Amino acid sequence: MARLARVPWGLLVLIAAFFVPAAGSRFYTFLANDIAIWALFATSLNLLVGVTGLVSFGHAAYFGIGAYTTGLLMKKLAVPFVLAFPAAGLLAGAIALVFGFFCVRLTRIYFAMLTLAFAQIVWAICFKWNEVTGGEQGMPEIPYPSFDWISGLPLVGGWRTAEYFYFLTLVLVALCLWLLRRIVGSPFGRMLTTIRENAERAEFIGVNVRRYELAAFVLAGAFAGLAGGLFGIFNRGVFPDFAYWTKSSEVLIMTLLGGMGTFYGPAIGALVLILLNQQIVAYTEYWPFVLGTILVVLLFVFPGGLAGAAQAAARRVWRPRRA
Amino acid sequence: MLEVRDVRKSFDGFMAVGGVSLRVERGQIAAIIGPNGAGKTTFFNLVTGHLRPDSGAVVLEGRDVTGLAPHDICRLGMGRSFQRTNIFPKLTVFENVQAAYLSHRGRGRDLWSRVARLYREETLALLESLGLLVQADEVSGFLSHGAQKQLELGIALASEPALLLLDEPTAGMSAAETRETIHLVERIARERGLTLLFTEHDMEVVFSIAQRITVLHQGRVIAEGPPAAVRADAEVRRVYLGERR
Repeated sequence: MARLARVPWGLLVLIAAFFVPAAGSRFYTFLANDIAIWALFATSLNLLVGVTGLVSFGHAAYFGIGAYTTGLLMKKLAVPFVLAFPAAGLLAGAIALVFGFFCVRLTRIYFAMLTLAFAQIVWAICFKWNEVTGGEQGMPEIPYPSFDWISGLPLVGGWRTAEYFYFLTLVLVALCLWLLRRIVGSPFGRMLTTIRENAERAEFIGVNVRRYELAAFVLAGAFAGLAGGLFGIFNRGVFPDFAYWTKSSEVLIMTLLGGMGTFYGPAIGALVLILLNQQIVAYTEYWPFVLGTILVVLLFVFPGGLAGAAQAAARRVWRPRRA
Repeated sequence: MLEVRDVRKSFDGFMAVGGVSLRVERGQIAAIIGPNGAGKTTFFNLVTGHLRPDSGAVVLEGRDVTGLAPHDICRLGMGRSFQRTNIFPKLTVFENVQAAYLSHRGRGRDLWSRVARLYREETLALLESLGLLVQADEVSGFLSHGAQKQLELGIALASEPALLLLDEPTAGMSAAETRETIHLVERIARERGLTLLFTEHDMEVVFSIAQRITVLHQGRVIAEGPPAAVRADAEVRRVYLGERR
């Protein structure tokens, strides 16, 4: 078990992911790109749900804000990606600071409802503000970042733009996940865990619970914004439904499916949900029905999600050897 | 060390604490006793900032802390334990105590260091003095009730308080566990030069270690003084000791 845990799984997956365009079709590259972005989105949500114990029903707001920020900057103002991408995180984080200020004053279901309410406001603005966001029609034709400099290099030349963007996504998502992992494993992350476990006790060891919750909310929003920034380009357009509540529920389902008790659980949830969706949609139009059934089974059989179940199984396999 | 002046608190017209004053000197072991519903826990909550008094003042080392939030009061050197067990159940014993060190020493804003390496020695030393060292890596929620109460004391001590408030530290313990815990508390208080204020229902415990006793009844102080004087007080005998024996 200990040896199994020491394997750098994350790094292995990252390396394997770089070979998807070489090994598979364009379609698989597309799927892998989708999964990578959602993995980051779901992991950012888990900083709230799994680590701090705050269930947000409106996390898509920050994803949407990030997507519009990068999209607008690149399409309308021709700002290069190097600036437009971090701007997504900054603006999403700034707005999370404003919304979060109010949200962390409430607890449990009231917190969740207020996050949802703020997300609906964001959605309504994206939907109605025609001059800036393109309103209901959204904003198609977001340009790709320029990859001219890289295609001239030896060894890495010769791919299509979509594939370069996929490689770029991998690097940026890996970087963000690494940052999030450091945050979860830091003293700050431990303080968040004490809030999840027992907020009252946390106050009495000197933790300013609201302020830490707000910090977690801002960080989660910023990383969701970065995921959104990538998603707009990947999707070749930004649309109001990026911030709609169905997106919030989708990412929450990924987090639960994968398991919120582990760091990589939500990313695994993103992988499984997207692949399942792809497979099942080919057979039936009742995908939501299948999804609902899977969720019900999951919540009863594997309350710790897929990652939690895998961990328990690994422990069962490895324990006899140690004894 | 601690001075409480005439604090009052009522809930929907019910007077839970009706004007209680109290002084605890540095290094003293003081106790609050009183029958159930006398207002002991409410009084604790007023002092620690969990509740805001309707009127009156709480002064900690010459500083008015009335109405401050618990995390601020904690930082000023007041630690507390709770009547019902109050720990971080899914964290290990080690992590419970370490978290209190991290918070107290202001490392909570650190988003970068690896948490596992921080304050190992301090945490292990404290666990050893509490007799919890062998259980350091166990998930704290699975400990026995007695061990959880000791862990809770450990969490309070890791905040390195000058004044420690214990709300019924032996609630729900067997007679043997009670004796053990009280010896532990007394030893640690002496070793660390702590000032101690505790509530307790076990009379034997109170009269054996407290230097000063305050008796609450229906939200008011009916007697106050050294154990012998309190024991002899006619009013106390009538409302409290009489009831028990």
